[in-house]
Amino acid sequence: MTLQPSAFLEHPRLPLPANLSATRICADREQWLNCAETLRESGARLLTLWGADDRDRDGHFRIYAAYLGREGVLMVEHAMEAMVGPAYPSLAAIFPVAQRMQRAIHDLLGIAAEEGPGNEADTRGWLRHGGWPETLFPLCRDVDGSRQHPNVSAPYPFVTVEGSGVHEIAVGPVHAGTIEPGHFRFSVVGEKMLRLEARLGYTHKGVAKLFETMPQSSGHRLAARISGDSAVAFSWAYCAALESLAGTICPPRATLLRALALEHERLANHLGDLGALGNDAGFAFGLTHFSRLKEDLLRINSIAFGARYLLDYAIPGGVAVDFPARAPSLLLNLYSELETSVANLRSIYDEHAGLQDRFRGTGRLEQSIAGKLGAMGLVARASGIASDLRVDHPWPPYDRIATKCILQSTGDVAARVQVRFDEVYESLRFCRALLRQLPAGPIHALVPDVVPYQLGLGIIESWRGPVLISLETGPHGSIRRCHAHDSSWQNWPLIEYAVIGDIVPDFPLINKSFNLSYSGQDG
Amino acid sequence: MSAITMVRQFGEVLLAIALAPLFVGWIAQCRAWLQSRTAPPLVQPYRMMRKLFQKDVALAANATPLFRITPYVLFGSMVLAAAIIPSIATDLPFARVADAIALIGIFATARVFQSLAAMDTGTAFGTMGARREMMVGFLAEPALLMVLFNAFLLSGSTALPSVVEAYSAGPLSINPSLTFAGVAFVMVLLAENARIPIDNPSTHLELTMIHEAMVLEYSARHLALIEWASSLKLFNYACIGFALFLPWGIATHGADGGWALLLAAAALIAKLVVFGAALALIESLSAKLRIFRAPEYLATAFLLAVLGLLVHLLLGS
Repeated sequence: MTLQPSAFLEHPRLPLPANLSATRICADREQWLNCAETLRESGARLLTLWGADDRDRDGHFRIYAAYLGREGVLMVEHAMEAMVGPAYPSLAAIFPVAQRMQRAIHDLLGIAAEEGPGNEADTRGWLRHGGWPETLFPLCRDVDGSRQHPNVSAPYPFVTVEGSGVHEIAVGPVHAGTIEPGHFRFSVVGEKMLRLEARLGYTHKGVAKLFETMPQSSGHRLAARISGDSAVAFSWAYCAALESLAGTICPPRATLLRALALEHERLANHLGDLGALGNDAGFAFGLTHFSRLKEDLLRINSIAFGARYLLDYAIPGGVAVDFPARAPSLLLNLYSELETSVANLRSIYDEHAGLQDRFRGTGRLEQSIAGKLGAMGLVARASGIASDLRVDHPWPPYDRIATKCILQSTGDVAARVQVRFDEVYESLRFCRALLRQLPAGPIHALVPDVVPYQLGLGIIESWRGPVLISLETGPHGSIRRCHAHDSSWQNWPLIEYAVIGDIVPDFPLINKSFNLSYSGQDG
Repeated sequence: MSAITMVRQFGEVLLAIALAPLFVGWIAQCRAWLQSRTAPPLVQPYRMMRKLFQKDVALAANATPLFRITPYVLFGSMVLAAAIIPSIATDLPFARVADAIALIGIFATARVFQSLAAMDTGTAFGTMGARREMMVGFLAEPALLMVLFNAFLLSGSTALPSVVEAYSAGPLSINPSLTFAGVAFVMVLLAENARIPIDNPSTHLELTMIHEAMVLEYSARHLALIEWASSLKLFNYACIGFALFLPWGIATHGADGGWALLLAAAALIAKLVVFGAALALIESLSAKLRIFRAPEYLATAFLLAVLGLLVHLLLGS
């Protein structure tokens, strides 16, 4: 296929309602691939891919791709005739991260990605594990989402590694601890990992289908529950999408409070992860102390925001509850306490030879691979890729109060630990700045119902990486289609590269250093 | 063999069986305190075992009789070991039967059975655990032998009761070769008993496990017996350590009347309390080693024990 960048650049770009600069392009089959290749050349990354069933409106299926480039987000949409077996050209050869998303889209909508010559399509189900028949596509509009189907599980052929002494270890989806389900298939020689293949989708709940039964005014509640550790990010992304569609301007006080909540979410997760990373290296002392700090933070959260894990704090138009008068002084005390304690614990971590021996060089993700595979968020930053939406495409209030992009270059577990430590400090500094500038005023603005068939995006940098909500409105304040994307989609395949050459007992530590969401990926 | 020696022998074994879970519970308590957590009660291991004994056994469909008899073999060999080790008295009828080298053989037998049983059901984790256990075991055994040779050289006997009596007869002094051997012994003890830094007894990460991976398929009374056997193993190792390095208080031949035995039991408990706290401190301060560091770690233990021997030979003490 010939590349025609000029044709692509001259293509009309339509404005797209979003919380940061965004445009959309309607593309035909050829342009769909051209756009992807041109964007790849320009250094853009594929943010997400989703499909929609519009047969009731205009007899088409649609596929959407959102790219993150230097100028902001570009959404490319491609409409397909709803004939038998609708298909679009696969992006997997250009953006490898598209692979799993395309499989998921096929499971849900029955629209297939056609591989180019020389590439074999992966037709294994990704989200469908036999919970519904192969011929049924639950996200189609004519399918009743509440119907139950008998579970018919079929074998899932993993890619095998052959050679003398090579054997497989199958782990999960039920684990020895109480964690989320995922299946990991290791091909190993002795203790050395040659290949890892993950199978996810065990927590697929049909969130997208459920969204379609909800009014616009309460979708944020479901969004907050897509991945519980990113509740603020997802609900804010939903609210941002809805507000940009409705043209509502969130009051300044509410915007700042949302950012404060988002940073508290980041702090809580980083503190929890730092403890868990110590524990997974057999250093339980770290776990108890970081858990204590996290608990202090959560208790203050329940006073300042009305919820420990900040569920349903961001609501369309603003925030749910106002800051109590004593909150600022409580928060400032907490920040000083956190700063000293984290500094002490950091010096213990940094100077603990045994711990550093486990962290350094383990699970190394090279910058080149991270770049090729489109790593996002914290994982990308630990591999030397400066990627932080709060810095690259700041939305209010990050456009007025700046944050720094924390970078490490080694890409190993130690780097991901250091990024977390540095981001804790940066978040604390940012929160103090927010509190100083917190204006008085209303915390909520009215959001009117949006006219039907409009599409808007909300994109927020969660503690893990960007989360995206694409919201398409239906008549009478209903949701026609809502797609939620977590950056875990990008980062799960990276683990499979990071572990190569490491030893089996180090996998839990590497996995924890990524700490990706199963629920957010499975949807 | 008089009735009183038999009473002494069985009393000692029963004491070991009863104290072993409490010793593990005490270490868990100390660990919790050192990590600023609320500690579980001392009798928590007993509660766990009571719970397990009341449950029904879930057995893998392809489990052979080997899988089922292994818990009894493990428990039996640890009880036998407890009978040989002079923990409160040296005049033990059983102790005359087997010397310390035979004792290592008993531990090795238990290890072989446990590894075979782990592989019996054919799960990946069992095999993984068994293979790691064998790696740690074959490195730890020579180190342990070297530690024992230190004591044998000093006392001129391979029987633990004679070692204890030889020390107790001599004046109280710090012996340089025993100091080296003592450090090596603690290192071996940690490795052999699935403690940090080699293994993590409280982990839930199946891929990192050694001992836990081997017993993942066990349930109910089988699991309870294995847990009990593990705590007995730790207790036995502690008692070997006391016999070799801190023999004071153990009732020696001819001076083992009722009061002497009571005193010996009190001394044993005091030593266990101090040693348990020290173990918890070591475990809390260290992280788990990457598994391929285990050979270096155990080689260090071996080397220290050899240094002990060299010191003895060079200084001729």
